[in-house]
Amino acid sequence: MQNGNTKHVWEILNTVPDPEIPVISVVELGIIHDVKSINNTFLIYITPTYSGCPAIKTFQDDINSCLRKNQIENFELIIKYDPPWTTDLMNDETKEKLKKYGISPPSETVICPQCDSEKTELISEFGATACKALYKCKDCLEPFEHFKCI
Amino acid sequence: MSNLLNYTLRIADNALILGQRMSQWCSNGPTLEEDIAMVNISLDLFGQANGFYEYASSIDGNKSADDFAFLRSEREYFNSLIVEQKNGHFGDTIVRNSLFDVYAVLFYIKLGKSKDETLAALGSKSLKEAKYHLRHSSNWLIRLGDGTEESKEKVQTSLNDIWMFTGNLFEMDELDSEMFSSGIGVNNTALKPEWDKEVNKILGKAKLTRPEDSYMQTGSKKGVHTEHLGHLLSEMQYLQRTHPDAKW
Repeated sequence: MQNGNTKHVWEILNTVPDPEIPVISVVELGIIHDVKSINNTFLIYITPTYSGCPAIKTFQDDINSCLRKNQIENFELIIKYDPPWTTDLMNDETKEKLKKYGISPPSETVICPQCDSEKTELISEFGATACKALYKCKDCLEPFEHFKCI
Repeated sequence: MSNLLNYTLRIADNALILGQRMSQWCSNGPTLEEDIAMVNISLDLFGQANGFYEYASSIDGNKSADDFAFLRSEREYFNSLIVEQKNGHFGDTIVRNSLFDVYAVLFYIKLGKSKDETLAALGSKSLKEAKYHLRHSSNWLIRLGDGTEESKEKVQTSLNDIWMFTGNLFEMDELDSEMFSSGIGVNNTALKPEWDKEVNKILGKAKLTRPEDSYMQTGSKKGVHTEHLGHLLSEMQYLQRTHPDAKW
């Protein structure tokens, strides 16, 4: 039985956490392009953050099980590359959540999530996941991760 | 083999082969951060390759993306000669990648405007990553070229040695010309002036001397490669060749 409209699906999707950064949802991350309802089937368009992001499979599995748990059975997950994902898809509230979690959010000036200092220094352009770079704060001297702007 | 399929494979092969080269740095990087960086670049490239192979698979209707990656022989690969060149020392890798990354950025800008919607989408997606890779490789090239006497001498030698593989990037054969005139493909030759400008800028900052454009190696568009590709493939394809259809 098909239950609910696309708004309801968006709400459910908003409860699916990012597998790497559990404080934000897949919707907040901006990887859900669109949800359409056609012939009693929900078409959910997902876009990968990075082409090689290994989390894309986990995203699909998590979304799959969460929708089923909410009695939504007729849906299809479709990978879509266009338009490409960008960090601009995250709003200020999401960025604040990242910061509280200890990840410096995407921005022109890299700010230390610990002490808010703008005096930061790049350690490496790549971090523990494809979407992050490594920085160091010159004021509090703490190393931290920065969500790369793309 | 259709023109579109063949053309898509050329793009996919560049990403796959350079991705495989970068993965060979795993646990061999000069520092932990660089190790992570190079493997991340590898991951991006494999992701890009996968997108293009999936498209190739849908055009072909028979072979899967994995079949294209793992079950072709050396003569059936169409990647540019520069990406198959060995990693050598860190400076060799940085020089090879800088020269290719400048090309990749220019190529993907144009591919992003292709009349073929899938190629355009994959091109725009890859462009963002290629720009980031270029930032990484060119910053290192500047640091090494404008570094110590030893680092400068080493990367200058790397540059001189690999230069003869750069001409291949800008070649146009019959297939390229057809794809370009139908609005799907990219005019490689037209990318050269912009590539020259960008490369000269980086080499200038790195205080390195640009080698003369003399003899250039060719052949990749006909599947003729340097001796290194066969060795790379034998390692990469070993598992699928030994245990056909093995799955993770």
